Amino acid sequence: MSRDTSYQAVMARKNEIMKMSMGLDYDVYKTGELAFDYEKMMDDCGFTLEDVVRIQAETKVGNTPLYELKNLTNAVRKTCKPGKGARIFVKDEAANASGSFKARRASISAYVAQQKGYKGMVAASSGNYGAAVASQAAQRGLKCIVVQEIYDSNKIGQPEIVEKARKCEAFGAEVIRLTVGPELFYYNLMVLEETGYFNASLYTPFGIKGVESLGYELVHQVREKAGKDPDAVLITQAGGGNLTGTARGMLAAGCNARVVACSVDLSGLHMASDHDFNRKSFTTGHTGFGVPFAVWPDRADVPRNAARSLRYMDDYILVRQGEVFYVTELLSKLEGMERGPAGNTSLTGAVTLAREMDEDQIIVVQETEYTGAGKHHNSQLSFARQMGIEVRRGDPTEGVNGKSIVIPEHLVQVVGHKQDMNKLRMSYLKNACKHVDPSKWTDVDKAFVAKDVKRDLPWLEEALSKLKAES
Amino acid sequence: MVKAGTWVEIEKILLTPEQRAPQVPDDTKKVPYVMRVSGFLQKDAELNSEVTVKTLSGRIVEGTLVLIRPHYEHSFGDTVEELLTIGLGGEL
Repeated sequence: MSRDTSYQAVMARKNEIMKMSMGLDYDVYKTGELAFDYEKMMDDCGFTLEDVVRIQAETKVGNTPLYELKNLTNAVRKTCKPGKGARIFVKDEAANASGSFKARRASISAYVAQQKGYKGMVAASSGNYGAAVASQAAQRGLKCIVVQEIYDSNKIGQPEIVEKARKCEAFGAEVIRLTVGPELFYYNLMVLEETGYFNASLYTPFGIKGVESLGYELVHQVREKAGKDPDAVLITQAGGGNLTGTARGMLAAGCNARVVACSVDLSGLHMASDHDFNRKSFTTGHTGFGVPFAVWPDRADVPRNAARSLRYMDDYILVRQGEVFYVTELLSKLEGMERGPAGNTSLTGAVTLAREMDEDQIIVVQETEYTGAGKHHNSQLSFARQMGIEVRRGDPTEGVNGKSIVIPEHLVQVVGHKQDMNKLRMSYLKNACKHVDPSKWTDVDKAFVAKDVKRDLPWLEEALSKLKAES
Repeated sequence: MVKAGTWVEIEKILLTPEQRAPQVPDDTKKVPYVMRVSGFLQKDAELNSEVTVKTLSGRIVEGTLVLIRPHYEHSFGDTVEELLTIGLGGEL
């Protein structure tokens, strides 16, 4: 008997499909109405940090170089007060097998899929993660299917995603190309059901465990090179897994540096809009993912998200598209490195943060990614022009998302802007209240929520009464 | 006539506008949800006819034959002159 393939019917089978495709039962971690035992879920993966490093070394992941960007640091120092301008280091994650840090995230899933006897893996990703799963699956003799959102309704493909499709196919993966819409999740479920393959979701404990090695490595590399700990680590924020895993790895190394998220500000553009889809020059690392996932991580494709960025985040910087393009070009011209947009987003944040920090302090930009046809900033700007977007030099604050991109004329115009962390935490709280009425919260729920936003119980009580007074 | 075994792309409407997810914005709701996938054509067929292909993962998928030997055309784009003068020294 063939199964009902309507949207509603497939979505109704979600939990059943998830269980089959991951072999993970999330129900056992439930400790309250909202709360679940996050650390137990992470521990139950059964992998120590040493295991992660060993597994990753089997498939060309990890141990990437850390470089000091001296020329860029010097350029930044010319734009700030004397004594300011922290040293900027970058971890060259493009050196991983598939060209990005996402290889770390895919590596443990691929190992688990192989161990559990799955024949293949399915990844819903239009970005580096798909390529990473394809690369890891290839090395472990597993089949791979990558499900992408790539075309608008006129079959115009976003060039960066087209490149990613090419890379996945280069690693032998099947690429399913979809038009714009959240129904990607629906079709992903159908493919999982049809194939019985492993669900390589970005948000499983395996995915996040794999990133812990990044944070751990970078702390040790900075200690070795500079004889001290980093003061701040800049992390491009989308779904929050990069930040969560890196921060956990830093803590495992005994490092308490500031954990700073950074996203491209794409406010004003709708993420599920067919029209807006090809009017964004960044496909990830932007506010369309970064903010919603920070303020409610459990919107992900798994019952409980292992990527919980507000638990670890100290600051969140936003940068404009034009600012990132400017800094991308500077990285090439001053440092002799061509790298892709994901790492260059946090690099742009680092430029703005370095100005307010002392010159003996250290900032680490914790990733780079490969670049090339489609991904390159020249491809993106050229494509933006074809889509009717104005591209010019000037004051980047004049740029209007979806209409214009203004590339700074001078480094001094690369300024970014910080988000109000308290506002983000309150937004998380509102979401939590929407899911379960606060009158039903137990002490366990309260402790969980406070921890999930990196605050204490007195803060939570005050915030809750403030919300009550507002409503 | 396209020969069996040729690398082709097929297209399939997964959801008509009426069947789309309730949360999609209005502009997206006006258009169908479309899937495309490449594979080896299973039997000789005409362009734009209904066919089956075998994908790289070995799945057999049905759809309309729309492209023969699909290839990539993405590039570095037209020269964006605004980038050329960045980082040459003057503006730092």
